[in-house]
Amino acid sequence: MSDIEPLENQSEIRRLEPLLEPGHTYASVTDKIAAVVLTRPPSMGWILGFSVSFCLVMALFVSIAWLMIKGVGIWGINIPIGWGFAIVNFVWWIGIGHAGTLISAILFLLNQKWRTSINRFAEAMTLFAVACAGTFPLIHMGRPWMAYYTMPYPSTMGLWPQFRSPLIWDVFAVSTYGTVSLMFWFVGLLPDLATLRDRAKNRTQQVIYGILSMGWRGSAHHWHRYQSAYLLLAGLATPLVLSVHTVVSFDFAIAIVPGWHTTIFPPYFVAGAIYSGFAMVLTLAIPLRKAYGLEDFITMRHLDNMAKVMLATGLIVAYGYAVEFFMAFYSGNKFDVFLAQQRLHGPYSHFYFALILCNILTPQLLWFEKVRRNIAALFVMSLVINTGMWLERFVIVVISLTRDFMPSAWGRYSATFWDYSTFAGTIGLFVMLIFLFVRTLPAIAIAEMRELVAHQSESGEGKS
Amino acid sequence: MTEHHSDSYGVMGEFLTPEQLLNAAGKARQAGYKYISAYTPFPVEGLARAIGFPRTGVPLLTLLGGSLGCLGGFGLQYWCSVISYPINVGGRPLNSWPAFIPVTFELTILGAATFAVLGMLALNLLPQPYHPVFNVERFSHASSDRFFLCIESRDPKFHLAETTKFLQSVQAHHVHEVSNAE
Repeated sequence: MSDIEPLENQSEIRRLEPLLEPGHTYASVTDKIAAVVLTRPPSMGWILGFSVSFCLVMALFVSIAWLMIKGVGIWGINIPIGWGFAIVNFVWWIGIGHAGTLISAILFLLNQKWRTSINRFAEAMTLFAVACAGTFPLIHMGRPWMAYYTMPYPSTMGLWPQFRSPLIWDVFAVSTYGTVSLMFWFVGLLPDLATLRDRAKNRTQQVIYGILSMGWRGSAHHWHRYQSAYLLLAGLATPLVLSVHTVVSFDFAIAIVPGWHTTIFPPYFVAGAIYSGFAMVLTLAIPLRKAYGLEDFITMRHLDNMAKVMLATGLIVAYGYAVEFFMAFYSGNKFDVFLAQQRLHGPYSHFYFALILCNILTPQLLWFEKVRRNIAALFVMSLVINTGMWLERFVIVVISLTRDFMPSAWGRYSATFWDYSTFAGTIGLFVMLIFLFVRTLPAIAIAEMRELVAHQSESGEGKS
Repeated sequence: MTEHHSDSYGVMGEFLTPEQLLNAAGKARQAGYKYISAYTPFPVEGLARAIGFPRTGVPLLTLLGGSLGCLGGFGLQYWCSVISYPINVGGRPLNSWPAFIPVTFELTILGAATFAVLGMLALNLLPQPYHPVFNVERFSHASSDRFFLCIESRDPKFHLAETTKFLQSVQAHHVHEVSNAE
């Protein structure tokens, strides 16, 4: 990937833009990335963004407190829509997290060097998204303080969790995912924490980064085991990320509800997760590189590649929608046929058409290089896709549950103020954690950037 | 010169590029030094082999962790569903193993990943807040832009002046003595 040959064709040259703008040395990448954390005072934009997101987190706390006082009745859920926003938001958040693992693990195994400058904050995004996702099933329990019932422990009742239930699979999948993502992230951070420790100017920073870096000294023995562990973690995280969203799709697919009981769900959920995750990476990367002047590290080539991944996964998602429709009619099952018609003509059809617009039609613009290289367009596109993926989960959950087998069991669903405030609150939590992260930890993997510098100087470009 | 050995951890050469360091490490091995360590700001390919450290125990530990997770995960579900609290639901099998696969799989990954990370840290003897190499002031560059080769005083061939001279002869940019005193 890194060897760049001069080509006559103009567009070819542009496609092979460097992953790191030339002229950087080991010291300059270290300085530039570490400075964001160690020396730069917080900008007005940071303070403003942090304040807004902090207020939203407070709104989340209020919403959860009110929920604890009054119970889940403050939400719009009813029978037959027992989950409503809680599961829509859960699936949306967990899906967003998946791009982080894809970038850090799968692209690492595939030796894609362009992952280097985006993997760190994509992994952070994973962790924060999983935290937001986990909140929803927890607070939906009604009695969240009983959450430990989902874990197998020797209780005085002599009972065990129902291991044949997808909801228990979910507990194991999501908690494993959260744990492994955290470990993967921490292992990646370890050398960079040592860098921060060595460059810290004041005592507080030295102590904190000193403790976190565990005395890492970059010995060849350390690196050797480190690389081995990192590679193994990447190999383990790859099937994990696929399994997690597969299990999430089982929450639906194992049930017999029309529109849910299909075998296309696991692959199309995984593709959708990566689709929305890459959209979120772009949503974060575009302002981040601008605010901290990291355009040399997160180059147009990164944005272009991410746009292409979005296009590809978006097409897989489109295929999933098509198969759902086709199978409904091909199976001849009258409930499935009816559900497909309800998506087009039912009371929630506007959600379905908005979903098609956001997830299938708009992203086709990414075929054009002009759009992929227009930062503003990409940013808007990433927001559109995130909206679309949220709508997708809404369509799946609400349309199927309001139109299942018996007309007497049909219903309607509309979210309440508390549904929206909780959702907005988790967005605030996510954004606030990202804001804290970019100020306290290196948002780009410094050690890996130094490797990139070494590669560039070997291949005779960069490094003046 | 042997009196230096007690308060000296070793001698450390500072290099500007990974190639210089690799070259120096190879020469040090040829010269017969055995207790060599190298410190770099990013993993340098071939360095572990150059200083004579060919294998790590991390993969084996990972396999062990994965196996424990797998057997433990399946065993847990089997024991709960078949032995501890069997419920006969219309004569369906108690050991419904296909339904146990997702949890077994997740716990396999969890076990393997935990062992990989903790195993890596444990074999590296981390956390280790103090190490003599930190006494060298320039060593803070080992996490930024410099490459270090340290020949330790416990090496039978170690001799402060000779080893310093050797490191200078392999193009070390600077040579520092690593003191043992805290």
